[in-house]
Amino acid sequence: MTPKIRAQELSFYYGAVRALQDISVEIQPNLVTAFIGPSGCGKSTFLRTLNRMNDIIPGTRVEGRVLLDETNIYGPHVDVVALRRRVGMVFQKSNPFPKSIFDNAAYGLRINDLAHGRAELTARVEESLRQAALWDEVKDRLQESALALSGGQQQRLCIARALAVRPEILLMDEPASALDPMATQRIEELVYELKKTYTIVIVTHNMQQAARVSDHTAFFWLGRLIEYDRTDKIFTNPAEKLTEDYVTGRFG
Amino acid sequence: MEKAVRHFQEELESLLARLLEMGGLAEERVRDAVQGLAIRDAAIIRKVLGGDEPVNRLHIEIDDRCFRLLALHQPMATDLRAIVAAVKINTDLERVGDLAVNIAEAAERYAGHPPVKKLIDIPRMGHLAQGMLHDALDAFVRRDTRLAQQVLNEDDVLDGLKTQVFRELLTYMLQDPSTVEPALDLILISRHLERIGDHATNIAEDVIFMVSAQDVRHHTGGGG
Repeated sequence: MTPKIRAQELSFYYGAVRALQDISVEIQPNLVTAFIGPSGCGKSTFLRTLNRMNDIIPGTRVEGRVLLDETNIYGPHVDVVALRRRVGMVFQKSNPFPKSIFDNAAYGLRINDLAHGRAELTARVEESLRQAALWDEVKDRLQESALALSGGQQQRLCIARALAVRPEILLMDEPASALDPMATQRIEELVYELKKTYTIVIVTHNMQQAARVSDHTAFFWLGRLIEYDRTDKIFTNPAEKLTEDYVTGRFG
Repeated sequence: MEKAVRHFQEELESLLARLLEMGGLAEERVRDAVQGLAIRDAAIIRKVLGGDEPVNRLHIEIDDRCFRLLALHQPMATDLRAIVAAVKINTDLERVGDLAVNIAEAAERYAGHPPVKKLIDIPRMGHLAQGMLHDALDAFVRRDTRLAQQVLNEDDVLDGLKTQVFRELLTYMLQDPSTVEPALDLILISRHLERIGDHATNIAEDVIFMVSAQDVRHHTGGGG
């Protein structure tokens, strides 16, 4: 399988602090890849290098390359807006806009002018809400405020908003950490469904979540990638002592 | 809510399907071994002797599936009991497969001697053991504790037959020492069949534990 994303000797600096050291990793298409590791290990930073979300943080610097298909996303002529359309993102805290449910799902389509005419817009909003397993719960109240939804529903709305522009990759930064177990389970099940269509990379503090939802797992520690392998391997017989100590709860 | 756990449930169902496949194989091998003995058919006996591989493969595959489900999904309550039961049933079925081989080995030796007597109780034991195995697995699939309890009751019948076979063959051996070797093989076979019944009993006990969380082993009556 040709990797969807290839990071090659990627280092990342917050000012003088080197937050990531020579990360090389290949992320396969239509699989779920989880990043785990203790707080401050660099997993979220690395996730954000994959759609250049760190660019907006002043004083940061990247070395190395990230190839999306065959193109280096840190190359000179890369349109970052177009990149982020291909590589969507969902954050820890659901962040719906103070608009209607419909307008939230339609947001990316409108600003990118991706839907031609009302009928197409409506169809793609429905498509994305269905993909995010939210349609049945909101179809009769699309004009209500998104802020009236429950936390889990808001997060699924954010996923729908990310999916509406039909990205190829979905980055998820702790997408369920603010949700109760039932809402978490729905998000996990959604991830399982979405990988049929998308390549998914998920950062999670919750090791069990990584075990349940992912196909591949990468363990980060102090800005380094310690081990990257099939998830069942990482959780049943990791190669590295550090990984073993982390997944068995001996530190972190 | 069912939708939310589909991923795990799919995995669990395919695990159980594999376990049933293994149960079917083990059952078939017991039936063949006893039939090979009864009709003195070398081809059937050889088939049992040479055919342990699929059961062994499933033994490893099922353990591996259980292991991964436990590691990756941290199942709770009913699901946890189902997987622990699957691990144990897997071991029981593998042992049944081995016992079928032991029966076939004894049957092969027995076929080298003139028959000691017309076989009546041993085929009956084979039929009974195979039925217990079948019912225990059925109870597992249907989560049927009544059927599981019935398997537990049948074990006494099987034990009784084994004692009867032993006593009867003892009289043959006392009368004619040339029957000692073949008669011992028949006694061994009856012992193997009785062990198969014990494994079916274990499975039935696991089913009761899986469904009701009651531990009925060693007549503890689930006193927790």
